[in-house]
Amino acid sequence: MEFVLLIFLPVIFAILVPFVYKKIKGIHTGWFVLLVPLVLFGYYASFLPLVMDGGHAISEMKWIPSLGIAFTSYIDGLSLLFTLLITGIGSLVVLYSVFYMDREKEDLGSFYVYLLIFMTAMLGVVQSDNTMTLYLFWELTSISSFLLIGFWYTKDKSRFGALKSMMITVFGGLMMLGAFILLSIMGETFSVRELIAEAPELVSQPYFTLALVLLLLGAFTKSAQFPFYIWLPDAMEAPTPVSAYLHSATMVKAGIYLVARFTPIFGSASTWIWLVTGIGLLTLFWGSFFAVKQTDLKAILAFSTVSQLGLIMSLLGAGAISYHATAAVFGFATYAAIFHLINHAAFKGGLFMIAGIIDHETGTRDIRKLGGLMSVMPISFTVAAIGSLSMAGLPPFSGFLSKEMFLESMVALRHFELFNFDTWGILFPIVAWIASVFTFTYSMYFVLKTFIGQKKLDQLPKQPHEAPIGMLISPMILASIVILVFFIPNVVGKWIIKPAVMAIQPTLYANPSAIDIHVKAWHGFGAAGLWLTIGIVAFGTLLYLTIPKWQPLYRMQPDSLSLNNGYDAMMRGSEKGLNRVSRLYMTGKIRTYLLYMFAFMSVTIIALLFIKDAFVLDMNSFAAITLYGSLNAIVLILSVGFVVFAKSRLAAIIALGGVGYSVALFFVIFKAPDLALTQLVIETVSVALFLLAFKHLPALSTHGETKRNKMVNLIVSLSVGVMVTLVALSSHSQKMIPSISQYYKDTVKTEAAGGNIVNVILVDYRGFDTLFEIAVLAIAGIAVLGMIRLRVSRKEPTDENK
Amino acid sequence: MKTNDVILQTTAKVVFFIIFLFSIHIFFAGHYAPGGGFVGGLLTTGAIVLLLLAFDLRTIQQILPFNFTVMTAIGLLLALGTAAGSIFFNVPFFTHAFSDFDLPLFGHTSLHTAMLFDSGVYLVVVGSAITIIQSIGGDD
Repeated sequence: MEFVLLIFLPVIFAILVPFVYKKIKGIHTGWFVLLVPLVLFGYYASFLPLVMDGGHAISEMKWIPSLGIAFTSYIDGLSLLFTLLITGIGSLVVLYSVFYMDREKEDLGSFYVYLLIFMTAMLGVVQSDNTMTLYLFWELTSISSFLLIGFWYTKDKSRFGALKSMMITVFGGLMMLGAFILLSIMGETFSVRELIAEAPELVSQPYFTLALVLLLLGAFTKSAQFPFYIWLPDAMEAPTPVSAYLHSATMVKAGIYLVARFTPIFGSASTWIWLVTGIGLLTLFWGSFFAVKQTDLKAILAFSTVSQLGLIMSLLGAGAISYHATAAVFGFATYAAIFHLINHAAFKGGLFMIAGIIDHETGTRDIRKLGGLMSVMPISFTVAAIGSLSMAGLPPFSGFLSKEMFLESMVALRHFELFNFDTWGILFPIVAWIASVFTFTYSMYFVLKTFIGQKKLDQLPKQPHEAPIGMLISPMILASIVILVFFIPNVVGKWIIKPAVMAIQPTLYANPSAIDIHVKAWHGFGAAGLWLTIGIVAFGTLLYLTIPKWQPLYRMQPDSLSLNNGYDAMMRGSEKGLNRVSRLYMTGKIRTYLLYMFAFMSVTIIALLFIKDAFVLDMNSFAAITLYGSLNAIVLILSVGFVVFAKSRLAAIIALGGVGYSVALFFVIFKAPDLALTQLVIETVSVALFLLAFKHLPALSTHGETKRNKMVNLIVSLSVGVMVTLVALSSHSQKMIPSISQYYKDTVKTEAAGGNIVNVILVDYRGFDTLFEIAVLAIAGIAVLGMIRLRVSRKEPTDENK
Repeated sequence: MKTNDVILQTTAKVVFFIIFLFSIHIFFAGHYAPGGGFVGGLLTTGAIVLLLLAFDLRTIQQILPFNFTVMTAIGLLLALGTAAGSIFFNVPFFTHAFSDFDLPLFGHTSLHTAMLFDSGVYLVVVGSAITIIQSIGGDD
């Protein structure tokens, strides 16, 4: 089967959703939507045995063959891992949303349509082998994310967050497109696989570093790396199922995917290793540090997501070192990155769902109002505790294993001796350790402040109680995965992680089973990871207990220096500046705009004639001057003069008709019946139209023009006249290219079975032109209708925040 | 303001049909003699404008109870559909087909898909021109 078509299954189903929503009122629409990710998950899971042996599957559908653009679904370890995450977490999120989104109050039709569009987009991103379609799907994820964040569009904050995420991620997407174009120039292909095969030659190309930086901009904006992470906290205005799905488990990992996918191409460059590892670690620290500042449950999770994404990013960077050093520990880093990615999707998805449950059942997400919910919501507490402890890196949860591997990798960076790592490398484990301390602190902060401590029931908008069981199923499944993975890490490794690592580092291993990594929970007392973890727990507990003492420190950072403020200032500034620029030339008067157009047209065309030296005057080919012709010309000139100098508009309109008719007569004289006919009818209809609009037009007046205006008008109109004359003369005199008319004469009978060349040109030879012309005509008609009809029915400005 | 202009109105009633039939003729003749969908459409518009000058807008809307915006859309669809139809025969976009048929009543006739496209043009021209005239003229 052509499984590339399955990418489009969600979006095709999305077409049905509004009908299902309208027609079937009794059943929550989510139940129908749930089928899509479930079916896809089941289908894609059948690729596991193939991929486990290092194999891959390709399915292609042509799109624009002439440009080499095709929808290509390429399934190897890496894309299969992401595909399973998208469909697996997708199923759980849809299940959760059935209970979270109220059937009566919410616009479920739109919600599930957006969600399904996202699913297609995301599957497309991770499966596309063609960079152009990858870009297409990439931007589609940004757009669907925009729609989902702004789902409650009546809230100011939702709209702001939606726009912010769109601005930043689309900016990154465009940068990434630049990288793809540079890569296609260097490698002469859009295919990622072929680019990877050419990787050794690409390194020495001049655009290599530029492409690298542009690609990373795309990845960093999407995966919320420093300093682009600022959109993610604002994206938390989305409904919680969306936050759990897009903004923790899948979409923000698209950047990780991109970095992983392109590691075989760029990984050998020192810039890549420094940027990916450095920015990743900085983000890890920054996110974990600021997470403790937050008071909104979802904001804490957002910052923690930012920091965890940084962690995975830095591991991928460190993994790229394996192109330079043979030490197994760097292959280890890539393994850890993939492992942590899976773990993070599981525990963070669960935590988001719990945050949604708390919001749903208590009416608030403000951690200052929450407390002591453990006895009220015991199941939620258990799930939250499992997720948080896994996030903090404690056994017996899966996060512990990947966290240890992360620490080991960072410690190992010291031993790397290229690119100044021997001097600066010591910073990496230190930053990683400090960030991990804060990670521990905010994990505790999240779960303990909410569930332990004093009950503050009087501050809650609702009387809290345990969530319905349906809502708890998804987080419970995720929590059990977290525990399960801790006990069978090597099974997961064999089936999923090793094939993915193999896809990231294809040159290093012959097949996935050649990756010699065995994950253990216990490495003995000599392991660095163990002592670092003990330190993290000790210091983290200390920091947690003293939160009230040092939390005021956050206030020392003035708001004016924050990144958010920078973004706001940039947006405000560009809006103001661009407004000012456009006000310079936008006067709101059609006269001015016509002046611009005519001036531009005449200047460019006259300049072109000069540059091409096209002034050839060949008097021989001119038609002889006849009595009819000269009389007609006199009439034409007289009526043009009448149009210009007429005192009343009515006279000018009639004179304009005269101009048109005399031009039509010229067509008759020179034997162009089609043109003459058309010109005559057009003149008639347009004069009638003018007369109809006549009563709406203001009286002819000077419109307060100064002498200077009039001079400019005169110059522009003269230059347009000169331009038209020159074009007419030179186009008549230039016979450099043989005329095409003979071709028409020869083929009009045989090819088009017609007799009238003019009409056959219109409908056949140049049918495209006609098609677009009538499209323009239709648009013009509808625009006039809209302008005039809708002006009458304009109502009071509506308030979006109803 | 409208005067009861009997001569104009009576003439318009007759002339309208003459122009209209001529426009149809010109439209069909297009492939072999001067004419075609564009001119045909314009001529029809001209005929309607003549009626409009003789009578008022409301009368016209009673005589010709079409939705001209819809007509524009149908025309555009027809034109695009003709052009796109060639895709289903595995030939490039916009490939026209023609053949000769022996039809009852008409006798030996040659039929073109170009004609379908041209009728799209005709409908768009009439539809959007009348839409513009109706909106401007009806805006009191």
